[in-house]
Amino acid sequence: MKYLSEYRDANLVDALLRKIKRTVTRQWNIMEVCGGQTHGLVRHGILEMLPEKVQMIHGPGCPVCVTPVSLIDKAVELCLHQDVILCSYGDMLRVPGTEMSLQQARAKGGDVKILYSPLEAVEIARKNPRREVVFFAVGFETTAPANALSVVRAKQLQLSNYSILSAHVLVPPAMEAIMNDEETQVSGFLAAGHVCTVMGLREYEPLVEKWKVPVVVTGFEPVDLLEGILMVVTQLEKGEYRLENQYKRVVNSDGNRSAVGLIGQVFEYRERDWRGIGEIPSSGLFVKDEFRDFDAMAKYQLTVRPDQTDTECLSGDVMKGKIKPPECPHFGETCTPEHPLGAPMVSSEGACAAYYQYSMKS
Amino acid sequence: MCLAIPGKVISLQPSSDKTNIPGKVSFGGILREVNFCFLPEAGIGDYVLVHVGVALSKVDEKEAMETLNYLQEMGELDELDSEQEKL
Repeated sequence: MKYLSEYRDANLVDALLRKIKRTVTRQWNIMEVCGGQTHGLVRHGILEMLPEKVQMIHGPGCPVCVTPVSLIDKAVELCLHQDVILCSYGDMLRVPGTEMSLQQARAKGGDVKILYSPLEAVEIARKNPRREVVFFAVGFETTAPANALSVVRAKQLQLSNYSILSAHVLVPPAMEAIMNDEETQVSGFLAAGHVCTVMGLREYEPLVEKWKVPVVVTGFEPVDLLEGILMVVTQLEKGEYRLENQYKRVVNSDGNRSAVGLIGQVFEYRERDWRGIGEIPSSGLFVKDEFRDFDAMAKYQLTVRPDQTDTECLSGDVMKGKIKPPECPHFGETCTPEHPLGAPMVSSEGACAAYYQYSMKS
Repeated sequence: MCLAIPGKVISLQPSSDKTNIPGKVSFGGILREVNFCFLPEAGIGDYVLVHVGVALSKVDEKEAMETLNYLQEMGELDELDSEQEKL
């Protein structure tokens, strides 16, 4: 398929690996922020092929993983006790809440629908005027335009039975929080290509300047990932720090301005609690007051308290890059995709799921 | 969640509705309905990046070719370098 197979070419992968090996002379720790990139690195065996001097640290870029338990509890409550049709991306279903996951709520009779797009949820609301429909709007900047669009469309169609439960998080404040952590070992970043497809590059300039850290916006295929890593280590070896764009075929420096415009029309930035990590200033998107009729938090008068720290699951340490999933004592033992202790074991972008899926077999 | 894949635009319907520009995109032969309201400049035959039902960006063929050619050249030069080192 065009624009996919070319970026999985074995000769190019070999050439890039050789070049990386010849470039590095010292130990470097590079964080790939996005969970999709973590899965790419593990699935294609890239972690084993990289020289030992290049360590990849897996970042918090899994929106499902960082969604607070209390929000999952609210979603469960809505579908069990408020007779709501709860629509969600499939990833969210098996993530444990305090008492149960959405999948378990569905088994108890909750009306939970797995959808590909929030626009489908708007259609469900249009066709079921007597039922309330709530879309669990989880995601990073990549997903925000579609979720914002669903609100604008619902308003345009004058639907009074559609709202979203927003659990939106933003990447740059999380990178800032990682650099702010005194124990951080990150010497360079691969920034998430699809987030930048929407937002463009400018948000990352202050981060590069403040922390003197190389940031390379990178794609998701093996050739993309290796070229991104090469660009970071080349900068590091020269003592440079710049913002670079490896993923030029898709990301332009302005991003998608009409998508950014719609995000700004529907959402505002506020502090958000990240599961396993804690509160990060200006890191969440919340529905603006003028769209409060479409905000499930306002409509159902939901309040969310900061989560109590999980006692068993070490997802916070995994997502801050402090430990690798197999270093967790529960990994593959008391925590598996069938019986997860935390979200990173069940999300398609979770680091624990990546290691379990692709390394346990080997 | 941020998974987005390139597909080829097969059809586009003219629309005066700014929040709904419907079209069809082929992902290796599988057709999906896609909303082009964030990418009205897309045309039939273009490759576009689609995420949860909306098109977000056009794949720039020129940039894609430049990167691949550059990497190919880098690979060949690197091979030459390492063979010379062996001599």
